[in-house]
Amino acid sequence: MNQAFDVVIGAIPYLLGGTGLTVAAVLGGMFIGLAIGLPMAVAQVYGPKPLGWLVRAYVWFFRGVPILVLLFLFYFGLFQAFSWNIDALTAATLVLGMASGAYQSQIFRGSILSLSKGQFRAASALGFTDRQAILNIVLPQALRLSLPGWSNEYSIILKDSALAFVLGATEIMARTQFVATRTYQHLALALAACGIYFILTWVGVRALRMLERYVAVPGFGPQEAR
Amino acid sequence: MSETPILEVENLAKSLGGKPILSGVSFTVKRGEMKVLIGPSGGGKSTLLQCLNFLHIPDAGTIRLDGQTVDARSRKGLYAYRQQVGMIFQDYNLFDHLNALDNVALALRKVKGLGRAEAEVRARAELARVGLSDKERLYPAELSGGQKQRVSIARALAMDPKVMLLDEPTAALDPELIGEVLTVIRGLAKDGMTMIMATHQMGFVRTMADEILFMQEGVVIEQGTPDMLLDVDLGSRTLDFCTHLAEFEGGA
Repeated sequence: MNQAFDVVIGAIPYLLGGTGLTVAAVLGGMFIGLAIGLPMAVAQVYGPKPLGWLVRAYVWFFRGVPILVLLFLFYFGLFQAFSWNIDALTAATLVLGMASGAYQSQIFRGSILSLSKGQFRAASALGFTDRQAILNIVLPQALRLSLPGWSNEYSIILKDSALAFVLGATEIMARTQFVATRTYQHLALALAACGIYFILTWVGVRALRMLERYVAVPGFGPQEAR
Repeated sequence: MSETPILEVENLAKSLGGKPILSGVSFTVKRGEMKVLIGPSGGGKSTLLQCLNFLHIPDAGTIRLDGQTVDARSRKGLYAYRQQVGMIFQDYNLFDHLNALDNVALALRKVKGLGRAEAEVRARAELARVGLSDKERLYPAELSGGQKQRVSIARALAMDPKVMLLDEPTAALDPELIGEVLTVIRGLAKDGMTMIMATHQMGFVRTMADEILFMQEGVVIEQGTPDMLLDVDLGSRTLDFCTHLAEFEGGA
């Protein structure tokens, strides 16, 4: 038992290095997902029909295929085929981001559709262009409503990021496995990985909850349903 | 008062979902005039007001504001026209994420291009005009229905509209809050604002309306001053409708 403890303590700096990579992949993935998902949601709700179909096809594809398959498809398949040499972590970040974009677009779309149509009409009646109404009225409201869903998405992506291990990215899971195979302390190291993921989830969800409170508007948004 | 009409509406027609809602509506509005739309629900009042602001694009007909024909095919023209026509909705439609001051100031900044400080000065003046100077920091959810409607009036006034369209502005209000909104509207009329208002507040209509348009099934079937249309001896359709209204509401 003592030996297991020592192994874990000794491995902590090494595991924390992996934690940094995991966090980078998750934040990068969330950001790419936001950058892809938000315009897709707007296009699906307000854009011309063909654009809506494209978004639906994208979402249908990325939601229909497991992350593990996507990782292989892009890293060993498409990226290789186009001889695009990027490291495993970057590839994992891109794939997580593209997949998350599909999920995030639907979070944002749901929020946009939940807004009263009167909000957009009132803006139009004042002379706002559609673009101004979307930027100044629809999105500030929809993004607030999206925060709980976004927090959920963060916790999912965080755990999906463990799959980057199969590409050879030296994130948390890869490093615990690496230490475990040399020390045979599988249980202790798996528990250590559990602990790190648990803390990352807790911190991230807490931070997003704080953001939610910070941008809260009296009488508006998810805080009100309670 | 100048006799050139500020708004001319000719043969306006609109169908929604294959069902004709407006058929051949025509009228003119003089500067400073208060026109009131009355009629059964589903008669086309709301659709007419929305068409006048091109929130619904009319299928046919022309609208001239200050002698200028509005071209619905030009988005730029539409945006410019809408700035000149204020719209008040039955359910207020204040921007839910903005406080009262920002609700009024936002369009001044984004649409009229004013700086923040300048926009806020104007917004404060309009909030004062509707008697809400002390509420500028409150969000829509923190305001009563009457206060929300007054903020929405301030928001429309800030754009210096040539005409205001009011779509049953008191219909969603508790009875004790109707008075404060009607008082604000009376004040606007006194200041010479041109208004087209759908309402069933008959006491208000009798004293304030310059002309009543009675609408049914998408057509203006009667048109005239309150004295004409509400005269007991003439037995108008309008009077008949208003009498029934009074019965439902226990005397208005």
